[in-house]
Amino acid sequence: MALATRTARGGRPERPPPTPVRLWRSTIGKKTVMAVSGALMLLYLVFHMLGNLKVFFGPDDMNGYAHWLRTVGEPVLHHEWFLWLARVGLLAAVVAHGVAAYQLSRRDIAARPVGYRHRRARTSYATRTMRWGGVILALFVVWHLLDLTTGHVNPNGEAGRPYENVVATFSTWYGNAIYGVAMVAVGLHVRHGFFSAAQTLGAGSVGRDRALRLTADALALVLTLGFLAVPIGVTTGIVE
Amino acid sequence: MKITLRIWRQSGPEDRGAMRTYELDGVTPEMSFLEMLDTLNEELIGNGEEPVAFDHDCREGICGACGMVINGEPHGPDRTTTCQLHMRHFDDGATVDVEPWRAAAFPVVKDLVVDRSAFDRVIGSGGYITAPTGSAPEAHATPVAKAAADTAFENAECIGCGACVAACPNGSAMLFTAAKVTHLNTLPQGAPERESRVLDMVETMDAEGFGGCTNTGMCTSVCPKGIPLASISTMNREYLRALRKG
Ligand code: HEM
Ligand code: FES
Repeated sequence: MALATRTARGGRPERPPPTPVRLWRSTIGKKTVMAVSGALMLLYLVFHMLGNLKVFFGPDDMNGYAHWLRTVGEPVLHHEWFLWLARVGLLAAVVAHGVAAYQLSRRDIAARPVGYRHRRARTSYATRTMRWGGVILALFVVWHLLDLTTGHVNPNGEAGRPYENVVATFSTWYGNAIYGVAMVAVGLHVRHGFFSAAQTLGAGSVGRDRALRLTADALALVLTLGFLAVPIGVTTGIVE
Repeated sequence: MKITLRIWRQSGPEDRGAMRTYELDGVTPEMSFLEMLDTLNEELIGNGEEPVAFDHDCREGICGACGMVINGEPHGPDRTTTCQLHMRHFDDGATVDVEPWRAAAFPVVKDLVVDRSAFDRVIGSGGYITAPTGSAPEAHATPVAKAAADTAFENAECIGCGACVAACPNGSAMLFTAAKVTHLNTLPQGAPERESRVLDMVETMDAEGFGGCTNTGMCTSVCPKGIPLASISTMNREYLRALRKG
């Protein structure tokens, strides 16, 4: 069989396409792009969550931290350059992640054109909600930027005063509702995503699977609770 | 035992197909699922009806031919092949749904028979080693580390039945391809084609229209040979390593 196929294929082409092209064309390669972009966003989320907790130390602490973020890297970097570099990197990650998710999902759906008459719910909730959960997250990111970055939809919307803006958002019912749904969505997405990314990047092994799943659960729980602490703090009056 | 069967009937690739209901009496708990279908077919032939087409060969759980989805689960409720599934796993009076493997890459030929030649083409593109043929090689000529031998053996158990594809919501062949890649790439005998094997097999797998992996784990949970999900991670690792090497 080996010889026959070799003759038929005439060997592999002399010059395969460049590695990034091959990566993007294959299912495994595209999944790798998702894993790496997802991991970058995840890393950002951890620092973002920790930064948000500054709200519990009062306006000076929080606003001072926000100001400091704009000075990171000075004098090598210009004012706000670090922030803009991070923003460009995150935007690239979101776009790559979303485009790869869309293309892979189309392919996956086409690969199972006819379903089973005898249906059973079999995969976990977090696994089943990766696609729509991801879309919810993308929409949330847009609202979140308009709320706390540009201030367009924020009841306070004062540049350089994140503490007051955050309190304003969580003093509205819809601010709490949108944010609450999104943080549960993040937790679910990370719960499946962290394990999935480890698998995709080749870190999975028979002995390590359990530890990876537990880490994913812990990470998801810490992120969701850490992010939810802020609206809960504002609603209960701990933060005002 | 009395069993109500709802079976997918489709006269050919172009037929739309539908579920048909059959009442079958005289089923015994020690019958295998295929023997139960044989009994049904004898009855159908006796009535001048077309028997239900299904694939089977060894009937001892090693060839992988006998794939069908029983009550929504590939190979049914027991973690084994359909030929090794016995009717004692069903209650008297139970209703049992039987459907073919569903995947774009596995078109239905007739009733429960699907065309799995896409698997052969994946194997043909890299699931082999280059070795001199002739008499059996001296067993000690190529030392294999114990851990590598164990991993290779675990993955070599794959019988290519396609249950992984049938269970996967994406109709993905990752577990099958991963078992083959892991089996051969772990062994020194597979080392000469280590990079081209994984690159070519994944390329063929994609070209055949199988979906991608979303790590749902459905494949490994239905695999009659217990190929672990970790094999997919091994293949991903091998794939990325081979791409880096160019
Ligand atoms: C643009 C919005 C997003 C969409 C449409 C989206 C969609 C998806 C989809 C469809 C998957 C693959 C699901 C699977 O493996 O079953 C996935 C995986 C993943 N997502 Fe997202 N997601 C989005 C945003 C995010 C965000 C904000 C994060 C940051 C925490 C993230 C982190 C991950 C990770 C780590 C993975 C695993 C990658 C892998 O499977 O290798 N995603 N996403
Ligand atoms: S008939 Fe061979 S495995 Fe079932």
